[in-house]
Amino acid sequence: MGKIELQKLTDAYYDVLKEIGNIGTGNAMTALSQMLQCKVDMRVPQVRLLDFKDVGALMGGEEQIMACVMLGVEGDITGSMMFMVEKKAAKHLINKVMMGFGEPGEEFTEMELSALQEVGNIITGAYLNSLATLTGMKIFSTPPQLSVDMAGAILSVPAIEFGILGDKLLLIQSQFFDEMEIDGYFILIPDVESYARILNSLGIPIDGLLDETTS
Amino acid sequence: MGEIIKVGMADLKICSAPDGLTTLGLGSCVGVALRDPLTKVGGLVHVMLPDSKAIHTTQTNLAKFADTGIAELIRRMEEAGARRSRMTAKLAGGATMFAVSKKSEFGLVGVRNAEACRSILAQLHIPVLAESTGENYGRTVIFYPENGEYHIKAVGRDIIVI
Repeated sequence: MGKIELQKLTDAYYDVLKEIGNIGTGNAMTALSQMLQCKVDMRVPQVRLLDFKDVGALMGGEEQIMACVMLGVEGDITGSMMFMVEKKAAKHLINKVMMGFGEPGEEFTEMELSALQEVGNIITGAYLNSLATLTGMKIFSTPPQLSVDMAGAILSVPAIEFGILGDKLLLIQSQFFDEMEIDGYFILIPDVESYARILNSLGIPIDGLLDETTS
Repeated sequence: MGEIIKVGMADLKICSAPDGLTTLGLGSCVGVALRDPLTKVGGLVHVMLPDSKAIHTTQTNLAKFADTGIAELIRRMEEAGARRSRMTAKLAGGATMFAVSKKSEFGLVGVRNAEACRSILAQLHIPVLAESTGENYGRTVIFYPENGEYHIKAVGRDIIVI
């Protein structure tokens, strides 16, 4: 299957990708809300085609400190999946998961980091499973990895992988929040080739999108 | 104090003292700062990948790669009156943000980026005066061509000046 040219994606295709974000996040939110025993809401997902220089500003600026669980996506599609929560919100989230037995203060203990990683693993797993069911594709994830650092530094990792093939980054971003203090993001970043596979698996014609210069 | 000019990811800018250059949240990317001490012209490029020649596509963003990014930065600085023979360099970034487990060639891209920058600068006979690279944390940098100071900030660490 060829590589699609990202600039050729029209609004209709964006809507399809948004719907993928919607279904994935919806399932992830159900998992999260069961874990937290509270209601979690989500905003309408966004699909963005970004220049690299704008990537850092995606969520509150390059220097916003975020806790991020990242998984590699493998199988019929490849790419990265990220679950990112602002640091204070992450602390709050973990405290809730640990039934209030988290440590006070701003820093994370080893135990809390490990819990956060597992929460990220479970809910991104729910996201990817729903995507697999929807598309009929095999989708696996690599073990989760955690980093608490500046958003720009964290986002450089998927940006670099995308940068090997193109000058822009296309991602599906969903934001969620609860009644209190948690808000965070899911970002699915399929590789360029995988977009063609996703659209194709849903029966959407992609002939007009193929990049003729490389095929 | 002059103005501080922002450089984004896969982007490059030049300036003259007293202005400065900054790039926020360097992860596996490398911020290469060049300076001509005589004219006090400085430049900063935020490179994402080590080598443009390893990739066969028609790409136009020169700042994305270490080889083309550094060459373009030098060209722009020379246009502004700097001389390559006088230039000195400082490096920051090239971290490994996540413990490697996926395809290791990508996981260590930070290390490879820093190595590529060093070897390209060596070929061009531009000495690297100092660097803060590798490890596993992000860095925000500010470069002052006035005195060549490269300020490096990281989460939960003291600001260092190299």
